[in-house]
Amino acid sequence: MVLGRRFDTQATALTKQGRLAVYPSSRGQEACQVGAVLAVRDTDWVFPTYRESMALVARGIDPVDVLTLLRGDWHCGYDPTAVHTAPQCTPLATQCVHAAGLAHGEAYQGRDTVALAFIGDGATSEGDFHEGINFAAVFKAPVVYFVQNNRYAISVPLSRQTAAPSLAYKGVGYGVPSEQVDGNDPVAVLAVLTRAVEHARAGKGPFLVEAHTYRMEPHTNADDASRYRDGAEVDAWRDRDPVARLETYLRARGVLDDAAIAEIADQAEAYAADLRTRMHEQPVVDPLSLFDHVYAEPTPQLIEQREQVRAELAAAHDEEGDA
Amino acid sequence: MATETLTLGKALNTGLRRALENDSKVVIMGEDVGKLGGVFRITDGLQKDFGDQRVIDTPLAESGIIGTAVGLAIRGYRPVCEIQFDGFVYPAYDQIVSQVAKMHYRSGGRLNIPMVIRIPFGGGIGAVEHHSESPEAYFAHTAGLKVVTCANPQDAYVMIQQAIASDDPIVFLEPKRRYWEKGQVDLDAPLSDAYPLHSARVVRPGTDVTVLAYGPMVRTCLEAATAAAEDGRELEVIDLRSLSPLDLSAAYESVKRTGRVVVVHEAPSNIGLGAELAARITEECFYSLESPVLRVTGFDTPYPAARVEEEYLPDLDRVLDAVDRTFGW
Ligand SMILES: Cc1ncc(C[n+]2csc(CCOP(=O)(O)OP(=O)(O)O)c2C)c(N)n1
Ligand SMILES: [Mg+2]
Repeated sequence: MVLGRRFDTQATALTKQGRLAVYPSSRGQEACQVGAVLAVRDTDWVFPTYRESMALVARGIDPVDVLTLLRGDWHCGYDPTAVHTAPQCTPLATQCVHAAGLAHGEAYQGRDTVALAFIGDGATSEGDFHEGINFAAVFKAPVVYFVQNNRYAISVPLSRQTAAPSLAYKGVGYGVPSEQVDGNDPVAVLAVLTRAVEHARAGKGPFLVEAHTYRMEPHTNADDASRYRDGAEVDAWRDRDPVARLETYLRARGVLDDAAIAEIADQAEAYAADLRTRMHEQPVVDPLSLFDHVYAEPTPQLIEQREQVRAELAAAHDEEGDA
Repeated sequence: MATETLTLGKALNTGLRRALENDSKVVIMGEDVGKLGGVFRITDGLQKDFGDQRVIDTPLAESGIIGTAVGLAIRGYRPVCEIQFDGFVYPAYDQIVSQVAKMHYRSGGRLNIPMVIRIPFGGGIGAVEHHSESPEAYFAHTAGLKVVTCANPQDAYVMIQQAIASDDPIVFLEPKRRYWEKGQVDLDAPLSDAYPLHSARVVRPGTDVTVLAYGPMVRTCLEAATAAAEDGRELEVIDLRSLSPLDLSAAYESVKRTGRVVVVHEAPSNIGLGAELAARITEECFYSLESPVLRVTGFDTPYPAARVEEEYLPDLDRVLDAVDRTFGW
């Protein structure tokens, strides 16, 4: 979690330096981001959104590959099949249906793979969330829907998303066991999600977990959160900081001391320094890459268009040479 | 008030304010349109002044936004729905294509859907995927929908009000990368005297080549025309403004004089608006043409990653190159 937070702070700094086009921070949601990936196996499949960069680095994916999307080099920097992780998803809730299908297919093959689908509070208003969880329930597909209820969808508060007492009710309505958890308590998040994953793996169908948490930063660096929430509200959540809570808990149990904390901090600094160095290298993106991968088998029309741009670039290059 | 210098975004905001003032049946609906004023601030300050029943932060669901707006429209409201980005309109596609577009037809003209669907569209802002698309052809292809787009602050201010006043459903495309560009806006001219919504306009007269564009590409083409003039070539630039219905009277008149046409849009070329324009011009002006109608468009790929969008987007050089090629026949 300390590493995750350091990654997040570094990514925010890189955005200010213009290295990333945009960065949606998950500061304050570390218990959810890290807890969730600890609850699943490497062979399970994860369906992340744009918010889950921290979860993906916690899953062991190279941070530079995670940031490919936000740097604007390509739409996904890692190989989904190698890391059993779908590309980070921007059109909200669409991943909920994919997770149901993937999990169903895996179960049909006799494998015990679980699919973990991340989703935000706001996105549970989208049709695809409802269709996904309903399909999973009817198919008894092994999916865990993990709702990070951070109280806001950009500026829109939870009260504009649902009239239900909690988002867990949305699972209940589809016949899916659903639980709420304190999303800033890492131990609780891990415990509840582990149980949810076991439930799914045991062939009992999907499970929904709603974690109550808070996004400490604006929606992205481009957002101005002062327009819709006040500092006092943010401060109140500062007191429930998940990293500080874990530290207090572990110290109280005598399994963490100053030396260990210093060591973890050093590790985090080294991790951030490495990320910084690698992100400061100007990435080489071949302009012609925009024509790659549109189809498994490129069309003649695309090959022609690619040739047009290649010729333009060559001509521009020659002009530069003449100058 | 009279004439003021406004950005295109502020001109839209002012037009929306006017519409809310003038007709109590106008309601604005969308994601983050209230306190935030929309991610591009086009509805800035409107909820504060008109209340949260007229400027409504909806749950996060595009199909829900458009579908409830259909219900409101049936009872005489004039919903103005904001879709946050072009790439997020698709959850509402079913409602738009099967309901919004067809309700008047199915009901034998008894039900009107006087709805405006505002969509910031196009690229050039360095965004991640799904934030830079040009979906106009999907909508223009659908009978029952009208599709318009503005290219300057004056048109933005007037056209948004005309669209709201229209009894037909209108997809109103806003060139998002031009939101911050400034221009003179006459705030007092009465709407009834305004240039008609579904008419194209010659924005730069010329004698040698006709250039047809709309939305974000109008400015690109005007810049190309300035550059061409330095080389002694006069381009006539026409801002189409209305993509459905298309008004090509000015284009036909122009092509009959110039004999050469270049059509420019950001959307991919394959089965796009350019194809329709080329076909109609060929049908109408065949004997005046000195060269085939040429298209300068985005490529037939998904909108690319931000770092290579410059190579994707039609620019001044590609427009000038096409202009040159019209002389090669
Ligand atoms: C279909 C769709 N509509 C709108 C958007 C624009 N948008 C991006 S994030 C966001 C808010 C999402 O809120 P929530 O689901 O609570 O997740 P959080 O950002 O808080 O993690 C919106 C409206 C989108 N990405 N996809
Ligand atoms: Mg949220």
